[in-house]
Amino acid sequence: MEEKLTLFKNRKRFGIEKNIDLIFKNTALALSSLVAIVLFGIILVVFFQSFESFSRYGLNFLVTSEWNPVKDEYGAFTAIYGTLVTSLLSLLITIPLGVGTAIFITEDFVPKFVREIVGSFVELLAAIPSVVLGLWAIFVMEPFFREFFVFLHKFFGWIPLFSSEPAGRNSLLAILILVVMLLPIVTSIARDTLNQVPKKLRNAAYGIGASRWKTIFSVILPAALSGIMAGVLLALGRAMGETMAVTMIIGNSNAFSWSLLSPGYTISSMLANQFGEADGSQVSSLFYAAFVLMILSLVVNIFAQWLVKKFSLKY
Amino acid sequence: MIMNSLYYQKKLSRNVGDKFFTSLSVFCALIAILPLIFVVTYILIKGGSQITPELFTLEPNPPGDDLDAGGINPALVGTLVITTIASLISIPVGVGGGIYLAEYSNGGPFSKFIRFGVNVLAGVPSIIAGVFIYALIVSTKILFGSMYSGLAGGMALSILMLPTVIKTTDEGLKLVPNELRYASLGIGASMYTTILKITLPTAFRSIATGVVLGIARAAGETAPLIFTALFSYYYIVGIEDLFYEMGSLAVLIYNFALEPYDAQNKLAWAASFILVISILTVNIFSRILAAFTEKTKRV
Repeated sequence: MEEKLTLFKNRKRFGIEKNIDLIFKNTALALSSLVAIVLFGIILVVFFQSFESFSRYGLNFLVTSEWNPVKDEYGAFTAIYGTLVTSLLSLLITIPLGVGTAIFITEDFVPKFVREIVGSFVELLAAIPSVVLGLWAIFVMEPFFREFFVFLHKFFGWIPLFSSEPAGRNSLLAILILVVMLLPIVTSIARDTLNQVPKKLRNAAYGIGASRWKTIFSVILPAALSGIMAGVLLALGRAMGETMAVTMIIGNSNAFSWSLLSPGYTISSMLANQFGEADGSQVSSLFYAAFVLMILSLVVNIFAQWLVKKFSLKY
Repeated sequence: MIMNSLYYQKKLSRNVGDKFFTSLSVFCALIAILPLIFVVTYILIKGGSQITPELFTLEPNPPGDDLDAGGINPALVGTLVITTIASLISIPVGVGGGIYLAEYSNGGPFSKFIRFGVNVLAGVPSIIAGVFIYALIVSTKILFGSMYSGLAGGMALSILMLPTVIKTTDEGLKLVPNELRYASLGIGASMYTTILKITLPTAFRSIATGVVLGIARAAGETAPLIFTALFSYYYIVGIEDLFYEMGSLAVLIYNFALEPYDAQNKLAWAASFILVISILTVNIFSRILAAFTEKTKRV
């Protein structure tokens, strides 16, 4: 009886325990807000550091390709062009390859364990650090493709994209190594969305006599389109920001050229190359270039997220 | 003439088309697995042949016509140190943030905003993290007057790890069945006891797997380090070395791959061998563990 009474007297929590609870909750809240703080911090810091260059060159920075620390003239057109061309072209190659592989993994052409092996191989590829891929590109891929590039120039030199003598390290090699890096992203996202397409859609299509690929092209792929698109956009963001492998193989030249066989530049490779030894207004110009890169990848990423939310599978 | 429309006709355009596309898809899959096989084979051959005991104990020699490149000890230790710093920052922050999102936020606008921010932060190019830390820490010499330092490198890496840790914590905690929470709260436990004693331990395995994968990923990152931690040829001996330039395997590979000397290139292959083998081991191991957990799941 006595015991029960004390129990009821204490049925409110002790003050100290309440406080601990509150402190715990607020710490967690503060830690999660840190994400937003870091994100805004990055945007603000990069913006303010680029302010000097921004006020001097304005938007001209984006369309001139002069990059001359001696004369103090800066324009990032070559790098911006390189970033867009390498990422878009590599994506163009990756999309059919990645979606094709994803279809292979989700259809039943071969026994399940083979598909699982292929799937985990592709995912392990994503774990290889990009600097190692760069090393591999320099010493294995470049010699392997050298003859092919000479051939390409000889027979397709009339196309502006192949119009220059092939250089040892060039934009086309950067595109190829980007394909290797994007393939896991596109494949795994496409596979996940294809797996989510409900079975009854497929059965319905088979039931009215569609062949397997008619079903894939007219039913399964359209149903999975939004997910695949989001994966493609994520891969695009990744390609634009990818630094190491591209820096090591693209040749790093600021001379503008339409040809993919000549050395090029991307924003991230320019940063990697010049940031360490830059000073004066060059630093500010590099920050400006970094700001451009950040805006590009932010826009692509936010668009991808919006796409996922808006068009996520409704079945 | 037998009407054989019920039989499989090889020459029918739909069957020919099906065959064609099937082989196309098999072809895609073959191309997709080729890079991994090629990369890993070359690293095993070119890197594996360079592995000697001295590799792990010596300092690298500065590039020159020197035939002997030395070892990678400082870079190996540096990678461990920098990744540890990054983990020490990002794991508490990430797990704490993930706890808030999964346990407290109830899907309000704030948590939606933070989850969106996590996804955006995950998409920020890794070199931008380096640029940010350079502006914030290296160029301002805010860390006791030191410029390039292992500490700054660790901070840059932690920015890249943070989204991964938050996401895995958030998702891991969301998988914990609500009954466990109700039971704990029902017998009078407070919120923080419930989280620390019930939900976190239940989700521990999936969170740990994600975090370990994040660490493995960070260990191979180069771009944030090249102008925050820079590179160093010298042994790491004491705690004060944290405030000076610090080497890492990734930056060593980058620097030495671009050297014109064969000895340095070989060292880069050896470093890649160690880096790739450890990262792949961690990946495969956690994959097996995850598959195992899936099979033995009780709830």
